[in-house]
Amino acid sequence: MSLSCQSLGWSVRRQPIVQDITLDVQPGETLGLIGANGSGKSTLLKMLAGIRAPTAGRLTLDGRDLASYPQRQIAQRIAFVEQQAETGDRITVRDAVELGRTPWLSALRPWSDTDETIVARATAAVEMQGFEARQWATLSGGERQRVHIARALAQEPQILLLDEPTNHLDIHHQLSILSLVARLPVTSIVALHDLNQAMECDRLALLQRGRLVTLGPPEEVLTCERLAESFAVRASILTDPADGACVLRFHKPT
Amino acid sequence: MTKVVPASRHRTLHAGWHWGWITPPVLFVALIVGAAIGETAIPVSTVLQVLGNKLLGLGYPVDRIDAGIIWEYRLSRAVVAACCGAGLALSGVVLQALLRNALADPYLLGISAGASTGAVAVTVAGVGAGAVTLSAGAFAGAALAFVMVAALAHAAGGGTGMRAAGVIVLAGIAGSQLFNALTAFIVAKSANAEQARGIMFWLMGNLSGVRWDDVVVAIPAVALAVLTCLWHVRALDAFTFGSDSAASLGVAVRRVQVILIGIAALVTAAMVSMVGSIGFVGLVIPHAMRFVVGVRHGRLVPASALAGAVFLIISDVISRILVPGQVLPIGVITALVGAPAFALILIRGRTTR
Ligand SMILES: Nc1ncnc2c1ncn2[C@@H]1O[C@H](COP(=O)(O)OP(=O)(O)OP(=O)(O)O)[C@@H](O)[C@H]1O
Ligand SMILES: [Mg+2]
Repeated sequence: MSLSCQSLGWSVRRQPIVQDITLDVQPGETLGLIGANGSGKSTLLKMLAGIRAPTAGRLTLDGRDLASYPQRQIAQRIAFVEQQAETGDRITVRDAVELGRTPWLSALRPWSDTDETIVARATAAVEMQGFEARQWATLSGGERQRVHIARALAQEPQILLLDEPTNHLDIHHQLSILSLVARLPVTSIVALHDLNQAMECDRLALLQRGRLVTLGPPEEVLTCERLAESFAVRASILTDPADGACVLRFHKPT
Repeated sequence: MTKVVPASRHRTLHAGWHWGWITPPVLFVALIVGAAIGETAIPVSTVLQVLGNKLLGLGYPVDRIDAGIIWEYRLSRAVVAACCGAGLALSGVVLQALLRNALADPYLLGISAGASTGAVAVTVAGVGAGAVTLSAGAFAGAALAFVMVAALAHAAGGGTGMRAAGVIVLAGIAGSQLFNALTAFIVAKSANAEQARGIMFWLMGNLSGVRWDDVVVAIPAVALAVLTCLWHVRALDAFTFGSDSAASLGVAVRRVQVILIGIAALVTAAMVSMVGSIGFVGLVIPHAMRFVVGVRHGRLVPASALAGAVFLIISDVISRILVPGQVLPIGVITALVGAPAFALILIRGRTTR
């Protein structure tokens, strides 16, 4: 399952928000999207998820225009966790995860034991078992985020789009969600703010004012000069003596 | 991985199938009650005999006047009441789900105000010169009002996401006020005193004029609404986290919105054209049913349709017997009975939460 875009852009009232993005997502890779606030990460992810129509360029899934797929078929292949999605409804955790089965069900294909198993597995994957009967309103921010991720997993997608999935999560769950994503045999595109976590991705795409400035392995993208330019910080790159991995440390610009 | 499936889970899972069993007997009993109780109480056995004669051609000897009251007057009235209740409750469910707004109901979005204006324009102002029926006028008014409200909400930066909810409510209030003013204007300008009283009574909801002709419109309208909603229960669920989330779950958001909101407008217009604006049902029955059966539409849709139907049949009965010798507007009863009942459910819901 391959997703690719050529000169993709989105503008609102003639104001370009995202422009000229050309990108081939490799099957199975974890692609990190990084960039300052307002650089266009969420906008790009919404286009890739098929819920916002591009205003320029081409976006294809397996060589076919994404817009030519019925919404349902897109949802069977691509799952998307929004940066924030709230509800005032009195739904339970289980109800929320079950929503992930929506693209696979219809009046002629009712709920089955298979769906039950998938929902239970997705709930367990984000360590939310035991919370199934809890009301949404009673969950903490991080718990809500994990339920959203479980909902996306229950969609059984081949491509997983996550917009700041580690938002609200404690450090244990940040690491477990990211390692889960890395372990899953799916292609994932993840918008991240923590650059040390971004370091773990296979490739990184750095956005700046709506444009793709670099795309490549983390060590090539996360250089001191680029960080200074894109994020207006001074960075020093350290080496962890335990395993030789790179660690970024940030300072206020001088 | 541990697979924990509580026993109760399996019961609720298949709850959707039970509605097919529960609905016919409950509706049947409600209709019989609606036909038996009135200014002159008629024994249930007589009601059943009349039904047997009319539907199955059995030749029970029944008093001609009783038979006339039951068949021509009360039964048609009870059937239309049931259809109105179900239709308005479903409109409420649909609009609340799609607009992500707990306050959405057919009236808030101007559909009923528009339908009233259309109906009054036809009956009083003589728009269409007799070629346009009351129902057609009411439907045109409803459609026009809703399109205007939707356009206003859109122009005001609406859309259908959660942040747009407030905008849509405000647009609906503006639209309702406009069409209510138009209705009042037409009535004040063109109606004589007799017509004006008739119209005021009708605007608050009045089932007295209902005959079998109306049933022929009401049943298909409500059947269409029930089937469309049942077909879309999963799509309605998918709107829980807003329309973007629904799209990412594979719902064709625009199409579903157009179909379902169109049906809600159609049903509301059909009902208002027959019986006037019956308040409360569209707003409160869906909320009451959420407390009883939960928020998932697989259960909420059939429960709301059934509860709305039964609620209006009973309200109609009360409106006929509360003040001897006088029929009250049914809208008065729906609010008087519904508001305290809803308060009770709210309080109970809080303690069990
Ligand atoms: N509908 C819209 N109308 C006007 N401007 C918009 C719209 N949607 C997004 N923008 C603007 O486009 C820019 C990119 O927004 P986007 O949400 O994609 O940023 P982001 O990279 O996800 O930022 P963050 O890190 O804060 O989540 C922002 O400046 C935002 O204000
Ligand atoms: Mg964002």
